[in-house]
Amino acid sequence: MSASTKPHPVKKGCMASIRRMHRDGKLAPIFIFLPPALVLFTIFVIWPILNAANFSMYKWSGYGELTNFVGADNFRRLLRHSIFHQSLWNSWKLILASLFLQIPLAMAMALLIYRKTSVNTAFRLIFFAPYILAEVATGLIWSFIFDGDYGVTAQITRFFGMDQLYILADKRYAFLTIITVIVWKYFGYHMMIFIAALQSVPSDLLEAAEIDGASPWRIIWHVKLPLISHAIKLSAFFAIVGALQVFDIILPLTNGGPSNSTHSLVSYLYYFGLVQLNVGYGSAVGVCLFFLCVITAFGYKRLAIGKGAGL
Amino acid sequence: MRGLLHGAVLALAMFVTANAFAAETVVKILDHEPTTREERDFLLRVAKNFEAANPTIKVEFDFLDDTSFKAKLPTLLQSPERPDAFFTWTGGVFYEQAETGMLRDITDEMDAKTKSRYATIGLDGLSYKGRLYGVPMYATNIPIWYNRELLDKAKVDPASIKTWDDFLAACTKLKNAGITPIVIGGKDKWPIAFFFGPLALRILGMDGINAANRGENGGFDNAEFIKVGREFKRLVDIQPFQPGYMDTGFHKSVGLFGDGIGAFLPIAHYVIDMNAKNSTSGKGIGDKLDFIPFPAVTGGKGDPGDTFGGINGWLITKNAKPETLKFLEFLTNEENQLESGRLNLWLPIVKGTQSGLQDPRVRRVAELLEKAPHHQLYLDQALGAIVGTAVNDVAAELSTGEITPEEAAANVEEARQIR
Repeated sequence: MSASTKPHPVKKGCMASIRRMHRDGKLAPIFIFLPPALVLFTIFVIWPILNAANFSMYKWSGYGELTNFVGADNFRRLLRHSIFHQSLWNSWKLILASLFLQIPLAMAMALLIYRKTSVNTAFRLIFFAPYILAEVATGLIWSFIFDGDYGVTAQITRFFGMDQLYILADKRYAFLTIITVIVWKYFGYHMMIFIAALQSVPSDLLEAAEIDGASPWRIIWHVKLPLISHAIKLSAFFAIVGALQVFDIILPLTNGGPSNSTHSLVSYLYYFGLVQLNVGYGSAVGVCLFFLCVITAFGYKRLAIGKGAGL
Repeated sequence: MRGLLHGAVLALAMFVTANAFAAETVVKILDHEPTTREERDFLLRVAKNFEAANPTIKVEFDFLDDTSFKAKLPTLLQSPERPDAFFTWTGGVFYEQAETGMLRDITDEMDAKTKSRYATIGLDGLSYKGRLYGVPMYATNIPIWYNRELLDKAKVDPASIKTWDDFLAACTKLKNAGITPIVIGGKDKWPIAFFFGPLALRILGMDGINAANRGENGGFDNAEFIKVGREFKRLVDIQPFQPGYMDTGFHKSVGLFGDGIGAFLPIAHYVIDMNAKNSTSGKGIGDKLDFIPFPAVTGGKGDPGDTFGGINGWLITKNAKPETLKFLEFLTNEENQLESGRLNLWLPIVKGTQSGLQDPRVRRVAELLEKAPHHQLYLDQALGAIVGTAVNDVAAELSTGEITPEEAAANVEEARQIR
């Protein structure tokens, strides 16, 4: 009885804050600027996600009406499919390579060339250039480099009188090659983030450390890195999400082969969903990928960023 | 008053002009990117000629690469932006499109005289459940092309290759002579199926493939289909393909063949132009190029005269403008079919137009097709996207030794069951 007569504190708080926002003139901009963004987000993000979730329950080629409801069959098939396991493992390897190869390399380069000199600027440009290249162009360029018949690899092997080398045709090396290309392409991007952060480290702190007799290595470890930890966390987040989305480098380089051994989750979705006209199944892969991204994003926020710390 | 008169004349002129534009009908055709530049030019030239003869009709061709074409089509067909007609490789995907009611039944729209000019296999290819949905344009036939100079070096007589055993013996001889027996584009997978598919045709026969596709006698997981894998494995065991073949795409493989890297290549007749264009020298192997029909398999149920390849044409969409059929009939009339044959673009599907074929080798390929008791569509078309891709996958995996013939048969059957 007493509970029903008590005013709802949350409701009161909510109404009060709305009134306050109205009084401060903040309500009108929300009503004017929020709906367009919300509508676009709903049409281009929420709606396709809901649609994909719906399609994933059907066996559907993309033609005609959705009639063949199969429930969770597509997901069951997915979990049993060895190539899906391989793609998942490949995406995981890409995440690890991004975190433990790409980011340390980017950090090392950033520490070497973050000071503002003309030589450093030239190096920055050189290291950042691969990031500007379109992914497909990158894939095509590297597929020419690794071409054992007519490419750069062929010229090198011929020059040294060695047997022809077909790196991308060999299951043992094909995915390692993809990792190498991805690290080469994206480390410059992370390096730029680190350079921007390093340049904002207060010079008086560095001088204080030097006066106290800290070695260059200790200055990096105990002063610079802690002060740019926000940039490292941001960079790692981009690296993880980027690794989950790798697609257009793989197609021109290996097309997922040899023997479907170099698919990422997205190229797997493309090949087994779209190319095979199996849209229901492809949507099931899309739903899994969506949940992986959501779990990664929230998990990362909780674990890496922690309370009170922002990116 | 004078100003008013000028204004009225101007308004009338604008009205007439606007009406003239409004009266123009645009026929939109969606095509996959043609294999050769000449093919694309030919299509655009015919469209221009048609427009000249029919000033109120404009024909617009859109070209998309193969993969984008296949990926975009389902969405496009269900949107108001759908083309009036689009290219088809016929087979299982076409049946699926016809089943959804997105295609226009032109059985009664095309008159009997026009129908009679097309070869029966062409009309059959564009028909589903006895109804005609499109206009056939050409056929392809995949024999095995060879480099005579390399065969001579290894003392292999191509005329003596009649059976699969003969072919395997020829590959062994070439290998022993230090010559790469076969050039193949393994990266794309489907070129490898140009051995696997014809082998299935020779061993099961067209009826056997159709029965397996219907799920009879264990579907594809049966002794005969396992034998297809075993026979293919006999070839693989010779290690006949060029080094790095799994990193070689189709176009590059034809270039390698044109550079004289390997002795055999299963491909359609367009290899004659393509091996030259894709080769390093730009000349290819010229007159050293010739072909043998796919060899017979001893004990196989298929007729050795059966051919393997494509029936390609144009499908008309449900609400297509009536002028679409008129244009497609023009595109495939005798004159244009003769011209396309003369240009070596394809094997014309209109009866009596094979005389336009200039190259005697292409004429012989066309003759094989004409005499064939059956013409089997490429398996990745005939069996639909899911089973077709599974066939290409198992062919590639058998070639690398990833799977056994038994696993290959089981994988294709699994794909058939989930189709």
